[in-house]
Amino acid sequence: MTGPSAPADGTAAEPAVRTRGLTKRFRSGQVAVDGIDLEVPHGAIYGFLGPNGSGKTTTLRMVLGLVSPTSGTTTLLGETMPGAGPRVLPHVGALVEGPAFHPYLSGRANLDRLDAADATADPRSRDLRAAAALERVGLGAAARKPYRQYSLGMKQRLGLAAALLRPRDLLVLDEPTNGLDPQGTREVRHLLRELADAGTTVLVSSHLLGEIEQVCTHVGVMSRGRLLVQGPPEQLATDGESTVAVTTTAPCLDGATQLLADLGLTGVRRDGRTLTARLGMVAPEKISAAMVGAGLDLVGLEVRRPRLETLFVELTGEGFDVAR
Amino acid sequence: MSLADLAAAERPGAPAETPAPPRGAFGRLLRSELRLVLGRRRNLVLLVGLALVPVLLGTVLFVTRDTAISAGGPPFVDRVTGNGLFLVLTALVACLPLLLPLVIGIVSGDAVAGEAQAGTLRYLLLLPVPRTRLLAAKALAVLVFAACTVLAIALSGLVTGAAYFGIGDVTLLSGDTVSAAEGLARTAGIVAYVGLSLTGLVALGLFFSTLTEVPVAAMAATVVVAIVSGVLDALPQLSAIHGALLTHHWLDVGELLRTQIDLGVLGQGLAVQGAWVAIFGALAWSRFTTADVSS
Repeated sequence: MTGPSAPADGTAAEPAVRTRGLTKRFRSGQVAVDGIDLEVPHGAIYGFLGPNGSGKTTTLRMVLGLVSPTSGTTTLLGETMPGAGPRVLPHVGALVEGPAFHPYLSGRANLDRLDAADATADPRSRDLRAAAALERVGLGAAARKPYRQYSLGMKQRLGLAAALLRPRDLLVLDEPTNGLDPQGTREVRHLLRELADAGTTVLVSSHLLGEIEQVCTHVGVMSRGRLLVQGPPEQLATDGESTVAVTTTAPCLDGATQLLADLGLTGVRRDGRTLTARLGMVAPEKISAAMVGAGLDLVGLEVRRPRLETLFVELTGEGFDVAR
Repeated sequence: MSLADLAAAERPGAPAETPAPPRGAFGRLLRSELRLVLGRRRNLVLLVGLALVPVLLGTVLFVTRDTAISAGGPPFVDRVTGNGLFLVLTALVACLPLLLPLVIGIVSGDAVAGEAQAGTLRYLLLLPVPRTRLLAAKALAVLVFAACTVLAIALSGLVTGAAYFGIGDVTLLSGDTVSAAEGLARTAGIVAYVGLSLTGLVALGLFFSTLTEVPVAAMAATVVVAIVSGVLDALPQLSAIHGALLTHHWLDVGELLRTQIDLGVLGQGLAVQGAWVAIFGALAWSRFTTADVSS
């Protein structure tokens, strides 16, 4: 499962983020994260999905070394956390659980403060980098306004600007579209794609699948502290129930029904001249070949993969209940 | 870097080598920290408030001098009208029991807890700023602020005292008289002793600040310890522990007005502060370097 921008030497890349059995049990006894094996390949845009309270943020905090796990390990950019933090974290931009800045300082002064505290950031290029980061998130005009006067969306943008203050190998973005209007959400999606094209790995969490589904190369779905599935969305969808719809002519309907059953497809239903069935493990091209081979008319053949949304709802449940 | 680290660095997928960090990283962090503490309006208001204490005191003494109500008041107050230099000492002694602990409590209690509450702490740690280095920068910034509080009172007292009463030769506690220049030097010593007497409180406030995400709680706890220490110090039944109390030696500052300054007395006071700094500095460090940052 090597990402599109694996290192040029072609070796099997260590994933940008890998956790093994990562677990966090709070002092209250509540298990927020329950033995998850996260794997974010290099160059991926990994959509980390799950309802509110499913343990996404706690997982990201452990990955970044803010919270120590009860058990389990994390490697970040190939090095073991939290020990490697000082070496690895300068290459990681993060937005965790909303932006946080000093309310009485301007957006720009807040970025300056962060950059000054960053031991490995070059102070000589600070002005350029801060201005570029603010431009990139569309805050250029509001740079000198005090943070407390920012709208929720502007605060979110400043959080992104802070993560982009330096070139990063990995971005960890927790709910980056919170508080943004649809236009802002589109801009963030565009930004993520742009960053990924430039080779940055992005780990982005959201409780709203629709907001990030379009840009993700990989997704992981969390619920109640467990990672239910992860992988490329096409692959996950295949793991779900794909169906096939075979359209034929009236005289061939009976023959086609029999043929689909013979091929091992189940749940064959007839709807006009279209037969639908659960695809199971059967390759769609086998159906067309068999139809032609049996002399049956084949007017249309369509494979219907479940949408990721359906899968998400199936896995995490529907409705307003938070996971806990 | 250990061998294991080297191996890790050579693994494919490991981040490119971190560029050599620009020099003076701690200096930049400290400057940024100082700008944050000294640039904050609330803290400036506190400094101005403290600087107004000698002005108020001096004005009252100036207006009431040579009247029937001029006598009495805090220690050394009767000497002020004779020599403006004493206004520095009088104002410092007046601020020591409550105002200085309050102001120091606010700023030191806010140091870590304020950042934790605002959420800015997690972003500092993610830069990453090593926790020990961050705590050191915070401690130094609060110490600088503590020095500013004492200096604000002292400079304001000096200017006000000189303006109202003039500065002349200083009569010591024993009745001996020393020159104004030596009086000024002894006053500088007083300011330094009071400033150093606050270091234990700074360490305590910083420790409380690492325990909570609610700055007000840390501030209140710090002030309460200073007040309780003063109360315990007043109970003769507890004389066995008086020597170790945070505030017990604060008023030993008068030692600097004796003809023969007993450095042993002053040294004892500073040693107690050193012990408080060592204990609560270590506690703050062990707490801060291991705590989960979940705010």
